[in-house]
Amino acid sequence: MIAAGHYGYWITVVLMVTGLYIVIARCNLVKKMVGLSIFQTSVYLLYIAPGKLVGGTAPIIAEGFRLYSNPLPHVLILTAIVVGVATLALGLAIVVRIREAYGSIEEDEILESDRARGDGGGDGA
Amino acid sequence: MTFAQLPALEVVVPLVAAPLTLLLRRATPAWAIATAACAFSFVAALLLAADVAARGPISYALGSWAPPWGIEYRVDALSAFVLVLVSGIAAAVAPFAWKSVAAELPRDQAYLFYTMYCLCVAGLLGMTITGDAFNLFVFMEIASLSSYVLIALGRDRRALLASYQYLILGTIGATFFVIGVGLLYLMTGTLNLADMAARLPQVHGARPVLAALAFITVGVSLKLALFPLHLWLPNAYTYAPSAVTAFLAATATKVSVYVLLRFYFSVFGPRLVVEELPMPEILLALSIIAIVTASLVALWQADLKRLFAYSSVAQIGYITLGISMASRDGLTAAIVHLFNHGVTKGALFLLVGGIALRAGRAGFDRVRGLARAMPLTSMGIVIAGLSLIGVPGTAGFISKWYLVLGAIEAGRWWLAALVVATSLIAVAYVWRFVESAYLSAPAAATPKPGEPPALMLVPAWLLVAACVWFGLETSFTVEGARRAAALLLGAAP
Amino acid sequence: MSGAQLIAAALLAPALGAIGIALAGRWPNLREGVTLGSAAALFACVAGLLPTVLAGGRPQLFALEMLPGIALGFRVEPLGMLFALVASGLWIVNSLYSIGYMRGNDEPHQTRYYVCFALALAATMGIAFSANLLTLFVFYEMLTLVTWPLVTHHGDDEARAGGRTYLGYLLGTSIVLLLPAVVATWALAGTLEFTPGGILREAGLSGAAVGALLALYMFGLGKAALMPFHRWLPAAMVAPTPVSALLHAVAVVKAGVFAVVKVIVYVFGVEALAGVRASDWLPPVAGFTVLAASVLALRSDNLKRRLAYSTVSQLSYVVLAASVLVPLTVVGAVLHIAAHAVSKITLFFAAGAIATASGKTEVSQLDGIGRRMPWTMGAFTIGALSLVGIPPAAGFLSKWLMFQGAASAGHWTALAVLAASTLLNAAYFLPIVHAAFLREPRTGEPAHGEAPWTMVAALSITAALTLALPFAVAVPLGLARAVAGIAP
Repeated sequence: MIAAGHYGYWITVVLMVTGLYIVIARCNLVKKMVGLSIFQTSVYLLYIAPGKLVGGTAPIIAEGFRLYSNPLPHVLILTAIVVGVATLALGLAIVVRIREAYGSIEEDEILESDRARGDGGGDGA
Repeated sequence: MTFAQLPALEVVVPLVAAPLTLLLRRATPAWAIATAACAFSFVAALLLAADVAARGPISYALGSWAPPWGIEYRVDALSAFVLVLVSGIAAAVAPFAWKSVAAELPRDQAYLFYTMYCLCVAGLLGMTITGDAFNLFVFMEIASLSSYVLIALGRDRRALLASYQYLILGTIGATFFVIGVGLLYLMTGTLNLADMAARLPQVHGARPVLAALAFITVGVSLKLALFPLHLWLPNAYTYAPSAVTAFLAATATKVSVYVLLRFYFSVFGPRLVVEELPMPEILLALSIIAIVTASLVALWQADLKRLFAYSSVAQIGYITLGISMASRDGLTAAIVHLFNHGVTKGALFLLVGGIALRAGRAGFDRVRGLARAMPLTSMGIVIAGLSLIGVPGTAGFISKWYLVLGAIEAGRWWLAALVVATSLIAVAYVWRFVESAYLSAPAAATPKPGEPPALMLVPAWLLVAACVWFGLETSFTVEGARRAAALLLGAAP
Repeated sequence: MSGAQLIAAALLAPALGAIGIALAGRWPNLREGVTLGSAAALFACVAGLLPTVLAGGRPQLFALEMLPGIALGFRVEPLGMLFALVASGLWIVNSLYSIGYMRGNDEPHQTRYYVCFALALAATMGIAFSANLLTLFVFYEMLTLVTWPLVTHHGDDEARAGGRTYLGYLLGTSIVLLLPAVVATWALAGTLEFTPGGILREAGLSGAAVGALLALYMFGLGKAALMPFHRWLPAAMVAPTPVSALLHAVAVVKAGVFAVVKVIVYVFGVEALAGVRASDWLPPVAGFTVLAASVLALRSDNLKRRLAYSTVSQLSYVVLAASVLVPLTVVGAVLHIAAHAVSKITLFFAAGAIATASGKTEVSQLDGIGRRMPWTMGAFTIGALSLVGIPPAAGFLSKWLMFQGAASAGHWTALAVLAASTLLNAAYFLPIVHAAFLREPRTGEPAHGEAPWTMVAALSITAALTLALPFAVAVPLGLARAVAGIAP
């Protein structure tokens, strides 16, 4: 079991952890979305990398080929990419609205603004 | 539209209703379509449940592609039960939403609410009915994304941040879930849940399988707001529009519980999850912490929505407590409480939404002397509150009964004592409302006398009546839960 | 009407009456008429069941299956019959008294008061006729919730605090102690039906387990006011006096000791308990409550508070007698349920009449009041003598049976407690009588007469019942002996 042969999984893990770290560590809301996207990208790799079989050819039936790579992960990941794009778009749209409402996209400034206003305020955008 | 197509129609009708409402661009027709779609789904769910009870599980091949290669919709005792709950709540909240949304959203955006509402309903119903793991992820994301939008529509600007935080945490949760599904796919070569369950014993104990279990647990726990992954819930429920809070509180977390049950018992199997891994102990510990801390925090809240949001975290703790018992009575308790809590919290949030409509905000300062101003609403909250406490004659009592029974049968007397002792905390926070509404003189902020519109009060009181009905006539809930529990514990599908 | 129909009618009469009262709220005389009519109808239904029960029949009614295998059902047996008779009969008298009190004191929220009262009686009938522990528990909780608005009737801070104590103790004990006890009984015995001889015999429990389960029941039945869970009773005295009279002398507290006797006789079984020796701790605990509460009564100057502690003490008489586990004491216990009810309600009626007519609430203020309110204080004297145990008042017979039974069982603790408490009862009741009749009223007090005639009529009726009970004792005694398993 050579660890180097599993470099696909290593990259997956690095991307996953990087993405999560950015989400947790960064206060800027757009940067959090970036981290989230990186995190989701790692999943794509997790699915697709094992789909490629060693010695397998493209999954189109042809004479003389017996081993085909698995096309199913690609299908699944297309769906997941769409989901990821939708999430990113929605997240950024919310960030735009937050910017309009609060004047900032730094999480600590936003929380401070809410705390300063107290519980009584907040009716209306 | 034959009966055989009903499983697909259950999801497709709300799904198609969504773009229809988008095209119509006007609030009233959008509302009418949304209500009709939800009503259809509810009737379809009842028919499916009756059919499953009579003739056993239904397997529907989407697009006539046979499983395990094609996507399968599978309606068995457990999913039929949850379908009835979700579609029932959807059908009750839809009429409520008309006036509530009109008051809380700008008029030209109201139709968008109904689009997202239909999508959310379709997503949740799809999560419940599907028998394919990745299809479950897709529907999970449909439901989640639409719920992020729904929450962000709240009037208070803090709804935006709450929605954003829920988006981050929810997406992480869903991604963890799909990582787990990926690992399972790698190990078994299939995405069909039933097929996966049949193939997993061959790779029993392999590390990717355990990793998959871990990822799925964490991912689903984020969605069902299990302590300590519940931090998104209080803000999301407090600042979202009232109709959204009522709908999500009663359904979204319950469907996530369903997913957990499905994976733990039907896919991984009790042998791995209960006997070999310490999942019951972990769930037990987290449930107890959730119940105790969330109940105590609820006690100190100044806002009714926030109070009941924390109460929801505690009640979800009761559900996972039942799951952790992993016995027939424990699982029955969990599944019964899934239903009963959905009905109770739906009623409570609809009534609180009525208060929010009349008073602007549902704070305790606005509730003083409410019994004079809004007698029906106050009495409804009292009855639903009694169900939350678990007073006999209400649905909550049935859940408490089975929880205590499960604990006693497992020989865990201290757990039975804990379940009943924490009910007293619920007494305390329900009685805060009762004393404020019935024993205090009206304050300046109390709304003028007058109930919310009938279209809001009637669905709320239907759910309140359901709280009492299902506390006395328990054949549907208890029998359904018992059959579902037997199915989960019995063997692979 | 058949037995089942009578049971249904007995449950429906007060419930429908409550609806009628709510609808008639705008017209006070009509509303009061509905109350009296419901009370009369209820008593008629209950009395209609009596012949069947005395002859050995056990009418039953099945309502619905609430949990798989456990039904919400009703079954009339002698103990429940007696309790229902006492409660329903005294409701009529209490309604008469209420009319006088509420109007005499110009109380607010009268419709709510009468509605909750009717519902409380419906719950009491449910408890009395319950066929199994689940039905008992359902109506027991309903009684707590429905009487809370009555306790907090005045709506001020004092009422709110009293209501919190009331609800806290009653809900606390029933949810934390009684519910697990019921669930455990179901898990162990497989049934919750009340059965002569008990249902736990086949469960094969150790003595310690039986003792623990018994403790859960005894302390879980908070309405029986066993110390230390007795504080709700003095706290409930913030309620208007008719509430204290019927509910906290008759319905609520009697529901507690009724349930205690029912559990001991029909869930555990008297002989089974006696054989296992697991209940040896109960007589001392009950005895302590009897004595401690009597001492607290002695030290209370507020008249209602003194009566409340006296009730706590008298309730534990029943528990003590039942826990001696001898047929004769069980008969005494059951009879005391009836005797104490009529005696105590008389005392509370008198207290309320005094407060309404003169505004006085403290014992130290009662000098010479017998001259001004002879009827009232005469009734008070009869009630007091009955509770001390002086013949021919009602309390004498039940106390005598308890003494006899304890002596025959050689239970010296119980005997000592009974004797000591009789002295204490005299110590806290007789001085009131003495002061009322034999002392001069304080100078400078405004003159006053008797309370409104409905109140005086009511307390005269109950005083007469207290005196008459020993002479009409055949029915209660017959029922009590049937409970204890002695042939009539």
